[in-house]
Amino acid sequence: MRTEMFWIIMGMAAVTFFTRFASAVLFQQTGVPAWFERWMKHVPTGILTALIMPSLLLPKGYLDVSIHNHYLLAGLVATVATYFFRNAIVTMSLGLVAMLSLRFLGV
Amino acid sequence: MENIGNDFPCTRVTPEFWIGVRDSIPLVVGVIPFGITCGIMALTAGLTGEEALLMSMFVFAGAAQFIAITMLGTGIKGWTIIVFTTLLINLRHLLMGASLAPYIIRLPVSLQALLSFGMVDETYAITIDRIRKKGYSASYQLGANILFYSAWIVSTGVGVLLSGYISDPLAWGLDFAMPAIFLAMLIPRLINHTALAVCGVAALVAVVGALYLPGKWYIIAACLASTVVGGLMEKEGNDAN
Repeated sequence: MRTEMFWIIMGMAAVTFFTRFASAVLFQQTGVPAWFERWMKHVPTGILTALIMPSLLLPKGYLDVSIHNHYLLAGLVATVATYFFRNAIVTMSLGLVAMLSLRFLGV
Repeated sequence: MENIGNDFPCTRVTPEFWIGVRDSIPLVVGVIPFGITCGIMALTAGLTGEEALLMSMFVFAGAAQFIAITMLGTGIKGWTIIVFTTLLINLRHLLMGASLAPYIIRLPVSLQALLSFGMVDETYAITIDRIRKKGYSASYQLGANILFYSAWIVSTGVGVLLSGYISDPLAWGLDFAMPAIFLAMLIPRLINHTALAVCGVAALVAVVGALYLPGKWYIIAACLASTVVGGLMEKEGNDAN
């Protein structure tokens, strides 16, 4: 193992852990203020949306709203599946089946 | 009043832990191709197998590792630039950590640190989905974290071993498991005008941000803009529930 590589990895590990633990440390003594909690309550919806949308609309890094975008089509299938079944495994399975069939059919 | 809302550390640890593991399995399927790709990319960029594994064990951050490995591969080897880039890419975790803080800060500090170490996009999503359905459980979160952590290291190792035999595991289509499951977690949250507005703002800012902002800034921008809108709407309209 190269020494400089070792220290790069340790540096990356330290800052990554900082980003994950800092918020908890900050509120350790004071608790989370009510206004802040009311604001943070929406973070799950915001983060989930922010993680999903680009991977469906820009799977290759550019905006692609067409029937050639398999991620978008399979995403529509997954959305419909969620409405009907409300089950993550069913959603994922139907989404993946849609994804693989689109690929197989070469749409 | 201290232990309200969590079931740690006493009797229900084991079942909650295993439910956390079980609920994580579908998403782990989507992460394995990324881990394999991470191992392959690391060797291609000139890292040793040992270094690739050490990075996955200590850093445990997919996007940051990909970008650091790419930088190393293109000859950018400065400590400061790589570590600083890692910090910027992972800043989004501050927001996730803040949203889990109300639950986490009731736990022993060593456990807080352990749970925080394992908080990645996927384990965060699994944990908040459990909170929505049944409430917070530290054991549940730990189960999800441990499964993802193990899968990340093992799949990096598989990538290191298979490097040279397979080229692009992301072309398999399994990476679609991530957005599919996140959709299944998101849609049940969209139960009122505020939630729909948060989702709409986040979608718009994320897509525009992914086009024009570097790195993972689109997640931070989308999250900040949408949650501020959500907070303001709630204050005015009180249609929260």
